[in-house]
Amino acid sequence: MNYKELAEKLKEKKLASGHRSCAGCGFPAIVRAILASTDKPLVASCATGCLEVTTTIYPFTSWNIPFIHSAFENSAATIAGVETAFRALKKKGKITEDVQFVAFGGDGGTYDIGFQSLSGALERGHDMLYVCYDNNAYMNTGIQRSSATPYGASTTTAPAGKVHQGKEEFRKDFAKVMVAHNIPYVAQASLSNMIDLTNKAQKAFSIKGPKVLLVLQPCTLGWRYPPDKTIEIAKLAVETKFWSLYEVENGKYKLTYKPSKDVPVTEYLKAQGRFKHLFKPENKEIIEKIQAHVNSEWEKLLKLCE
Amino acid sequence: MRQINPDVVPAFPITPQTAIMQDFATYVSNGVVDSEMIRVESEHSAMSCAVGASAAGARVITATSSAGLALMWEIVGVASGLRLPIVMEIVNRALSAPINIHCDHSDSMGARDLGWIQIYSENAQEVYENTLIAIRLAEKALLPVMVCQDGFITSHGVENVEIFDDTDVKKFVGEHSYPYSLLNLKKPVTHGPLELQDYYFETRYQQVPAMEDALKEYLKIGKELGKITGRKYGLFDEFNIKDAEAVIVCLNSTAGTTKAAIERLKGKKAGLLKLRLFRPFPYKEVGEALKKVKKVIVLDRALSFGANPPLYGEVKNALFDMGYNGKIYSGVYGLGGRNIFIEEIEKVYNDALNDELKEHFYVGLRECP
Repeated sequence: MNYKELAEKLKEKKLASGHRSCAGCGFPAIVRAILASTDKPLVASCATGCLEVTTTIYPFTSWNIPFIHSAFENSAATIAGVETAFRALKKKGKITEDVQFVAFGGDGGTYDIGFQSLSGALERGHDMLYVCYDNNAYMNTGIQRSSATPYGASTTTAPAGKVHQGKEEFRKDFAKVMVAHNIPYVAQASLSNMIDLTNKAQKAFSIKGPKVLLVLQPCTLGWRYPPDKTIEIAKLAVETKFWSLYEVENGKYKLTYKPSKDVPVTEYLKAQGRFKHLFKPENKEIIEKIQAHVNSEWEKLLKLCE
Repeated sequence: MRQINPDVVPAFPITPQTAIMQDFATYVSNGVVDSEMIRVESEHSAMSCAVGASAAGARVITATSSAGLALMWEIVGVASGLRLPIVMEIVNRALSAPINIHCDHSDSMGARDLGWIQIYSENAQEVYENTLIAIRLAEKALLPVMVCQDGFITSHGVENVEIFDDTDVKKFVGEHSYPYSLLNLKKPVTHGPLELQDYYFETRYQQVPAMEDALKEYLKIGKELGKITGRKYGLFDEFNIKDAEAVIVCLNSTAGTTKAAIERLKGKKAGLLKLRLFRPFPYKEVGEALKKVKKVIVLDRALSFGANPPLYGEVKNALFDMGYNGKIYSGVYGLGGRNIFIEEIEKVYNDALNDELKEHFYVGLRECP
């Protein structure tokens, strides 16, 4: 897909405007791009979280496609139920169309509380695309630490203070956890690389079985940056190799974007308030540790992509 | 379930429910039914799948017990809040801790305020017939239904069950229809929106008249089933109530034991009210049936710590509304599967008739330090 085609497809507005996400929020563009990546009818489920609460404030809804929200931790199991109903009703001749199924969840609803539900659904092989919009913390409840929160980031439940300097653990490498389920397709994408994102979503929709797409989504409130910097920050995450763009098709790793030059991770960190405390002289070590971690993860990824 | 041939059956093993899903799985494996089974990784996902499948217009049955029901708790409330006609077999089992796999009603009683219809069954025959009613009732009321039976006592007891003609039953349950399907692509719906101070109250309120209507619908559907089975399906069954001086009110299999006790007490004024429908609770009807009885003894197989046991509380409410001036007793028995014997029930009747029964008592409880 190119930008012209994407613009054309976005005219259908499967997720309508008028929802109440923050100015500069990353997920509306992500969700629209993904929904625009298939021409087949779609049914969506969504975990409790920012996406759900800002798009379904009764008596309004932004969803022009069938949509279900059940709870925080069961977006995957819910869509698995819908998909199974579809197969059962199709078998009985009660439905004739071809339908695709997509589940959304934030990182809290995916990496943490919804992990079991997702893992079970992937293992059972439901024909569904699971999309995690990863904003690195429990943003809807007020920026609490999740297992997707980066090392060193300050959150409301692991704030930077006199003794502790934010989160003291590295993120869960979730893509690899997904790959370990031996599903046909896993990919990481970013809001900043829109065509890469839609290509991955298109590919995922074309494959039968469970697929997972992890998309980095900057959050103005949680990451503490001005609303007009969302795309820029997403881009910095990719350029500094903090968030790499790759896909794993049937277990085979492929880098889909390689930054042309080495940009230090500080370029990404210094643009955000959540890492501000790391730039105090006494926290130099933490920054070095983050850079070392980024470097080693990148090397590992390159090896996997060979 | 074979005759109903549900579209989707999410299932997770838990004792003593497992017998149901294992048998059903062999029907699936042998092509006796064309249901899609989802062998989920937890009861939480069983109910989540049930919610998704039901909202997509499928006829859904699942089953659980005890800890399984406790684990799916949050989604049990989602199912009723979304008005999804899911049917769930509850094989009653004690809640942990201490862990215990045997029968009491603490699981379904704990779920009594989650917005599900609850039907209780004395024996396997009633489980079968109540399930048939439940399918129709859920779909008519747009409310989920639990069909409860006693773990092991009923679920693993070997007894004869009269199975009715497949064609008649299939005709009775009919084709599933659900008006707000996610798979109706021409009319996209949003299920489970955010409702705040301005709408939540009204949405929740709608479950109140829905429950009231369910009570009437239960009777209508029961009448229809009666044409096939030749039986009557009241809100409760009465035995010897008219002339009785002491009447026991109870649920599930203990009703059978109580009937045996009444038989042995021939000549004494002992009666039984076996409740079928616990949610919605038929206050008016129960009150009418018992208002002239001098002594009403409610036997609960569950506790409500720090409060009245659940069935006792409801019966007392029903009698209060009638201006009842007899005596009402509360007995708790059988927690964790402890047997209740005919002799024990006989003694309860005799003590009541001789004015020797305590207002609150336990049956079969050893003295505790």
